[in-house]
Amino acid sequence: MAASPAPLGGHPRVQRPHLSKMERMVVTMQDPDQGVRMRSQRLLVTVIPHAVNGSDIVEWLMQKYSIAEDEALHLGSLLVQHGYLYPLRDPRRLELRPDETPYRFQTPYFWTSTLWPAAELDYAIYLAKKNIRKQGTLVDHEKEHYHQLHRKINHAWDLVMMQAREQLRAAKQRRKGDRLVIACQEQTYWLVNRPPPGAPSVLEQGPGRGPCTAGRVPMTKTLDFYRREVECLRRALGRARVKSSTCLEAYLKFSSQHGPHDPIMSGCLPSNPWVTDDDAYWAMNAPSVAMPTRLRVEQWAFSFRELLEDPVGRAHFMDFLGQEFSAENLSFWEACEELRHGGQAQVPALVDAVYQQFLAPGAARWVNIDSRTMEQTLAGLTQPHRHVLDDAQRHIYLLMKKDSYPRFLKSDLYRDLRAEAVVPLETKRRVFPFMRKPRHSSPSPALLPASASGEPVGGDGDGET
Amino acid sequence: MDQTFLVNVFGSCDRCFKQRALRPVFKKSEQLNYCSLCVEIMAADGLHENETLASLKSEAESLKGKLEEERAKLHDVELHQVAERVEALGQFVMKTRRTLKGHGNKVLCMDWCKDKRRLVSSSQDGKVIVWDSFTTNKEHAVTMPCTWVMACAYAPSGCAIACGGLDNKCSVYPLTFDKNENMAAKKKSVAMHTNYLSACSFTNSDMQILTASGDGTCALWDVESGQLLQSFHGHGADVLCLDLAPSETGNTFVSGGCDKKAMVWDMRSGQCVQAFETHESDINSVRYYPSGDAFASGSDDATCRLYDLRADREVAIYSKESIIFGASSVDFSLSGRLLFAGYNDYTINVWDVLKGSRVSILFGHENRVSTLRVSPDGTAFCSGSWDHTLRVWA
Repeated sequence: MAASPAPLGGHPRVQRPHLSKMERMVVTMQDPDQGVRMRSQRLLVTVIPHAVNGSDIVEWLMQKYSIAEDEALHLGSLLVQHGYLYPLRDPRRLELRPDETPYRFQTPYFWTSTLWPAAELDYAIYLAKKNIRKQGTLVDHEKEHYHQLHRKINHAWDLVMMQAREQLRAAKQRRKGDRLVIACQEQTYWLVNRPPPGAPSVLEQGPGRGPCTAGRVPMTKTLDFYRREVECLRRALGRARVKSSTCLEAYLKFSSQHGPHDPIMSGCLPSNPWVTDDDAYWAMNAPSVAMPTRLRVEQWAFSFRELLEDPVGRAHFMDFLGQEFSAENLSFWEACEELRHGGQAQVPALVDAVYQQFLAPGAARWVNIDSRTMEQTLAGLTQPHRHVLDDAQRHIYLLMKKDSYPRFLKSDLYRDLRAEAVVPLETKRRVFPFMRKPRHSSPSPALLPASASGEPVGGDGDGET
Repeated sequence: MDQTFLVNVFGSCDRCFKQRALRPVFKKSEQLNYCSLCVEIMAADGLHENETLASLKSEAESLKGKLEEERAKLHDVELHQVAERVEALGQFVMKTRRTLKGHGNKVLCMDWCKDKRRLVSSSQDGKVIVWDSFTTNKEHAVTMPCTWVMACAYAPSGCAIACGGLDNKCSVYPLTFDKNENMAAKKKSVAMHTNYLSACSFTNSDMQILTASGDGTCALWDVESGQLLQSFHGHGADVLCLDLAPSETGNTFVSGGCDKKAMVWDMRSGQCVQAFETHESDINSVRYYPSGDAFASGSDDATCRLYDLRADREVAIYSKESIIFGASSVDFSLSGRLLFAGYNDYTINVWDVLKGSRVSILFGHENRVSTLRVSPDGTAFCSGSWDHTLRVWA
């Protein structure tokens, strides 16, 4: 073979760590003591040593990695598809059959990582050899490639033919068994590197990443980059950290609390629409439904954030605040959200509106912010930008969270909501296909009129039929 | 015969402007004249700059070491130890409930609509399709003028989608049902990067978009005007993914890149707040834990990892010896107990987040799983693959 491993520009990125892992795996499989059982395989009159059965491969993988048969078969198939194992009979099909089918381990010379990318010259020589050896053995796509290459590297064609003849001559002097094996090895290499049309190419990559792919200049690590990194690290060192035990306990609490609300974990009532084709679940849990379900109402007690995220919950909370004469807090918070996430062009007008409504002395819905924050906010209003109300917003948010929210949870309003909440009956999946409900379409959110200002953005799509 | 002359020119130095004997200095074929004193000072400065670079590098290294020490001090228990008293999960049966066929090439990205049933997907051949995945109907389709559309996102209102890829841009398309209107006509070019777009996401509204790019930066844009609101520099290589935090008051997001780093950013200041560098290869996907206190990452090193933001460290690794292909995409179930990860070996592995064990392996795709998202109400998740299809699992 004329090719040598093609060097990548600069220092090569290990872009495919899975290849080296497969190679390690394959080496382990060939271990005389711990590896797969090797046998000699009889093919017609020749005896090929060091062959393995498909079923033995699967068995070994199951044992070694403690996995089930389907996973072992899948893993073994990947090894074959990447050319690390090749079938001795019918070497055209790179698949793993979990039976007596014999396989052999590919020689490291032909490993994907060693000899990549495959050289055109080598492919031309390979095809020429095939053509010479037996006229007409070239498959359609190979014939096409052959002609293409003939045109492309016409100037070197004499070299190609000469090499092909030389290699064929050298091969004739080998034992039949060796010849067979080498032919299989080579064929597998080319099946992986030049797959026939229709077969997936395992070597295909996405668009080049990282600085060392062809044609891209490496990102210069400038002074700025390191200065930033040092600053970031200094800040990080100054961070307050929490003990692991405390943090990890929080996961347990969160999971157990939210487990019953997780449809994949605990199912959902009346049924999971994807399983039963019945979209009643979505209708019952629509963003602005009149009668929320029990689970939904209970979720408002988990955290203030979850109450606010739910339009129905937020609406009830607003009612509650109205009873306490502090509804302006939530309205102010909503206006701040609109400012932060809204368009740049709207910033000056929004800031002004918020000032007039909530912050100006004597404003209709004046919010009670501590004097220091108020001072800073008012000063910042001379140069309005998206984040000018952040501090005030945070102050009001914490006020509601620490004060109004706990009272809400203890209120009659909330208690009644919980009591009245719906608990849907379970709908079982209909087993017989002709009895299944037709899947209803729903109006696209893009068709619905835009929500009135002041309402939370998002959640407009209903899924209701 | 060649002769070299040393000419002593006397005049005003280009740096200190004093009248001195000048020496010519060539900078990019431009000739400048400096006095010998200034030449010495500038040479010393040059040295100084190199020193600064080297010393900054070593300072960064030593700070990293110190940071690891500090992080280790408060690490008193492992997650799986704490999780020992949690009940183990039972047998898991999830099946493909819908298969969406229609893309003529590799599916690269998808995103759910807030209505819990619609989704947008993009592929290598430039096609972006909006589906009602419940009925499997295609509702909209647009062909981008570029290939490898690696990023797409659904607007919170459900009225628009954003996408981009090798065109280095992120474009927003309003969704229209008007048969006479060509969707491509109303396209708005929002983001401009100097390399491919790898990820994009709307923030809490239709009016701001966050993007990640192969040029190593993330950026926040105003959709209406296309104005750059904030840019985020710090990754040393391509940024491949991002996710917005579901946090109460703060405004942060996490990004992952080819430099093996996951970085948490403050959207207001543009500064990196926290950084984690424990992966051994490119980070393809990052996703916040539902509480916002942690995030998971999937990488080419065949592992997924969980990073806790309050403890400021990696707290779990999800890996198995038999899993050797990279994880391309991760997402949590609604309660955060399960982590779904799509891999380049065509499978989806389901992990018990608390115990660290692999609960289930899902077969079905016939090529790489490139994208995976749990639906907004957690009833299902959708996976997109290089086998041209999307599957909804429940």
